[in-house]
Amino acid sequence: MSSATSWPAGLRGACRWCPEPVAAPPVFRAEALTKTYRTGEVEVQALRAVDFEATAGEFVVILGPSGSGKSTFLNIIGGLDTPSSGRACFMDQEITKLDDRGLTRYRRDHVGFVFQFYNLMPSLTARENVRLVTEIARRPMKAEEALEMVGLAQRIDHFPAQLSGGEQQRVAIARAIAKNPEVLLCDEPMGALDPATGVKVLEALMRVNEVTGATTLVITHNAAIQDLAHRVVRFGNGAILGVETNARRKAPSEVSW
Amino acid sequence: MAAGVATLVLGVGAVSSLERTRDAFYEANRFADIFANATRAPRSLLERIEDIPGVLDAEGRILRIAILDMPGMAEPGSLLLVSTPSDDGLNRLHLRLGRMPDPNRLNEVVVSQGFAEAHGLVPGDKVRTLMDGRTREITVTGVAISPEFIYALGPGDMMPDPRRFGIAWIPGEGLAAVRDLEGAFDNLIVKLATGASEARVIAEVDALLEPYGGTGATGRKEQISHAFLDAELQQLRGMARVLPPIFLLVSALLVNMTLGRLVALEREQIGLLKALGYGPGAIVRHYVGFVLAIAAFGIAAGWAAGAWMGAGLAGMYARFFDFPFLLFSRSPDTYAIAALVTTAAAVLGAVNAVRTVAWLPPAVAMAPPAPVRYRRFWGGAVEQLLQARQTSVMVVRHLLRWPLRTLGGVFGISLAVAALVGSLWSFGSGERMIDLSFFRMDRQDVSVVFSGLAPMAAIHEVRRLPGVLRAEPLRVADARIGSGHVTRRIAILGLPEGSDLSRLLAADERPMEVPEQGLVLSEALADILGVGIGDQVTLELLKGDRRTLSVPVREISLGYLGLSASGRLETVNRMLGEGSVFTGARIALDPSQEDAFYADVRETPGSGFLTIQSLSLRKFRETLAQNQTIMISVLAVLAGIIAFGVVYNFIRISLSEQGRELASLRVLGFTRSEVAAILYGEIAVVTLLAQPLGWLVGTGFAVAVVRGFGSELYRIPLVIGPEVYARASLIVLGAALASALLVRGRIARLDMIEVLKTRE
Ligand SMILES: Nc1ncnc2c1ncn2[C@@H]1O[C@H](COP(=O)(O)OP(=O)(O)OP(=O)(O)O)[C@@H](O)[C@H]1O
Ligand SMILES: [Mg+2]
Repeated sequence: MSSATSWPAGLRGACRWCPEPVAAPPVFRAEALTKTYRTGEVEVQALRAVDFEATAGEFVVILGPSGSGKSTFLNIIGGLDTPSSGRACFMDQEITKLDDRGLTRYRRDHVGFVFQFYNLMPSLTARENVRLVTEIARRPMKAEEALEMVGLAQRIDHFPAQLSGGEQQRVAIARAIAKNPEVLLCDEPMGALDPATGVKVLEALMRVNEVTGATTLVITHNAAIQDLAHRVVRFGNGAILGVETNARRKAPSEVSW
Repeated sequence: MAAGVATLVLGVGAVSSLERTRDAFYEANRFADIFANATRAPRSLLERIEDIPGVLDAEGRILRIAILDMPGMAEPGSLLLVSTPSDDGLNRLHLRLGRMPDPNRLNEVVVSQGFAEAHGLVPGDKVRTLMDGRTREITVTGVAISPEFIYALGPGDMMPDPRRFGIAWIPGEGLAAVRDLEGAFDNLIVKLATGASEARVIAEVDALLEPYGGTGATGRKEQISHAFLDAELQQLRGMARVLPPIFLLVSALLVNMTLGRLVALEREQIGLLKALGYGPGAIVRHYVGFVLAIAAFGIAAGWAAGAWMGAGLAGMYARFFDFPFLLFSRSPDTYAIAALVTTAAAVLGAVNAVRTVAWLPPAVAMAPPAPVRYRRFWGGAVEQLLQARQTSVMVVRHLLRWPLRTLGGVFGISLAVAALVGSLWSFGSGERMIDLSFFRMDRQDVSVVFSGLAPMAAIHEVRRLPGVLRAEPLRVADARIGSGHVTRRIAILGLPEGSDLSRLLAADERPMEVPEQGLVLSEALADILGVGIGDQVTLELLKGDRRTLSVPVREISLGYLGLSASGRLETVNRMLGEGSVFTGARIALDPSQEDAFYADVRETPGSGFLTIQSLSLRKFRETLAQNQTIMISVLAVLAGIIAFGVVYNFIRISLSEQGRELASLRVLGFTRSEVAAILYGEIAVVTLLAQPLGWLVGTGFAVAVVRGFGSELYRIPLVIGPEVYARASLIVLGAALASALLVRGRIARLDMIEVLKTRE
């Protein structure tokens, strides 16, 4: 199920360097993304000319050893960071050309983030943490609805300090999806959780992906998860080493951790 | 921190320096302790006066007022001619320019510096004066200052005006010849030995001078220049007493907050130290040592800055008062107090922050702190009430989570507001004083003081002078008024029936008729004497047959300048027993004929001294403005610094605590402005809460100032209009805004990615 029909009209049209739209236009397109960090004399190539494309509603798992540039890549296409060179395009908008204001707008309107550390507001309850986002979103769902989707309907009035790590992460997911984002970017969302809790979080992510049709990119160190994805992208030393498409996706319960 | 220390050192230093300087100046120039006037006392009397036990030295002088005849100066002015002190005499001059007059030349004078400056006089210049209708030209040989005339106040004037009133020191022989006082004096100054009783000497001097027309000796306290200087210093002293403690308190608060936060950020290091086997005591010692080092630096900087600025401020005032030199005093206890309070605040803040961590097991200490527990307050009532956005909820909860710090911030800012309210009100009060004194009580355009007594019929002559619309006679007589042990030397005012130019105002500010019998005392005088309506006061007349009477107090009148007692002209005349006479007049003048009037008066022998109300008013305003401008600019700057410092610290600490959350908000797509609004919202709430509190405390300061000021020279009406509060708040809000903008850059630089990589 694609959410393409609900794309904002203003974002359609030709992007100068994107090819003419094909039948299923990519949500993301990255071309020759490079990121170089320079600290003193040392130069680190975090990304070396990465090309990437993702279509609407896809569930993509990103694997790769530590330091291979996964987070750097995700941050750039999420509008949190800028590349040293190369381009990234969201739908027909060239995000690598946006200034801080434009990037903020982009994150606010189109991107949901889930990180290893939940980054909830400690002074707000679960519901209020979600509302924080729905208040500024263009087409939000109800905070309660988002929390229901991640199975937290019972704990909506709890403060983060009163929730377990897994519960906090699910609040973070609810917060990320409550704005009905076109993309959901997750950087090791299960990284700080035990396997059982991780499964719950993963199930929540997959359900959201199915129900809302948000293109979902999940970075993980857990190779088992690759069987759940539409596609698997392997990073190594700042470059994409390979992309596999799963003919058949497994359900989370079928995967052994 | 340094600022707090600096102000204390500065304030106290400046005041004590000025006091030391004044005392040294008095000492160096042998400023007299007792002053007395007589009509004509033989010089031989001086020996008997010097024989009074406790008298170190006595000097007889001749004082004479001459009318100034300066080219291009239409308004009347006068010059007080004073015998030059002898080389080892009293009230010695400090020559600024030129030389002392030649005793053999009768027309040479040294003039006071203020007068010389106002007219651009230098040695060699000539000044024309009128005395008893005769023109006399005198030559300026030098310019000097004297401890006796640091403030030179003309007769009938309320504020010094060096243009219209100056002092000229002239060798005694010259004056004696003019005044027909050869071998005699009409003014006496006495220097006391240390420890001598002033009251006893005054009594003996009075007894000796009485046969020669003595009008009662006075101590230094009632010497005009000294009293003015004292009032000024008292004002400074008041400032030095109120302001620096406020500053020190606020800076202590800031030090406490900041160092507390600094140590809290070191939590992991503390955990590590614990893991390495350090005990809690050692850790606390380590951090106390750390903040002590910081505090020591701040204190040293504050000492240096305070001493430097204090010297500057004292120097400024020394120039203002025209002291020839400045002794800067450093009192070690001030330095010690400043250092102590600051250190205590720093150590408390650090201990408080370390305490929570130092006693934890190492493993717990090394882990990040447990998430801060927030609560909904009052069942979420505030949130409900505000119908607020979640960001506002965050603001409210964060403020309530740290109530002490929030209160600290509110308190700090409110002190800034209070300091301003506590000083800005004096503008309005000054205006009110002017309105009452110049437009509702003394409404004349000019007043004339004759050099002697005039028969009642002479008022018709005054009325015939050009431009006179209305003239009311006035009788002024020196007297000593008392009740119980308290006595004061004052001038009794006799006002005619139906007096309209000079009016007495009742407490409700309505003009009252002068009662036929008895006296009307000004509020200040009644307070000093401790009497009310219906009480009797004793009146010792220092003129005429020097009777002592018991007189009933009939009314109490408003009055802010000086002490006054008034009665019917006829009543006062009857008391004095010198017949139906008057000593001056209050006159309403047709402005178009002013110059003709002045010229006529100048030519009239015996017309004495003219006081022009509009000029007095202008001078009054100028003096007031000058004093207030200095004081209030100092205060405004200090209050601004306080507000700035508190706000800056508050935002920085808040940013340090919530940096992570704020960066997360940026990740979620909140704009820089929205994120900044959270921090600004916090400080806005604190600042706004501080306003009413500041107004309240400031009003308290104002009341304290009015009470503490009860100087006998003037009282201050307490009027605080809404504009005072508004102005105080505006200044503070401005400073708060400035410091908020300063932090804006840091908000913009929040590192989003950093936040995602690390745990709290
Ligand atoms: N701010 C920075 N300054 C310098 N080098 C950096 C910075 N951020 C990342 N790097 C380097 O860039 C490379 C890629 O980092 P990145 O965080 O993308 O790796 P990753 O694949 O997410 O690793 P992990 O699985 O450990 O999270 C690493 O070698 C890292 O050291
Ligand atoms: Mg990573």
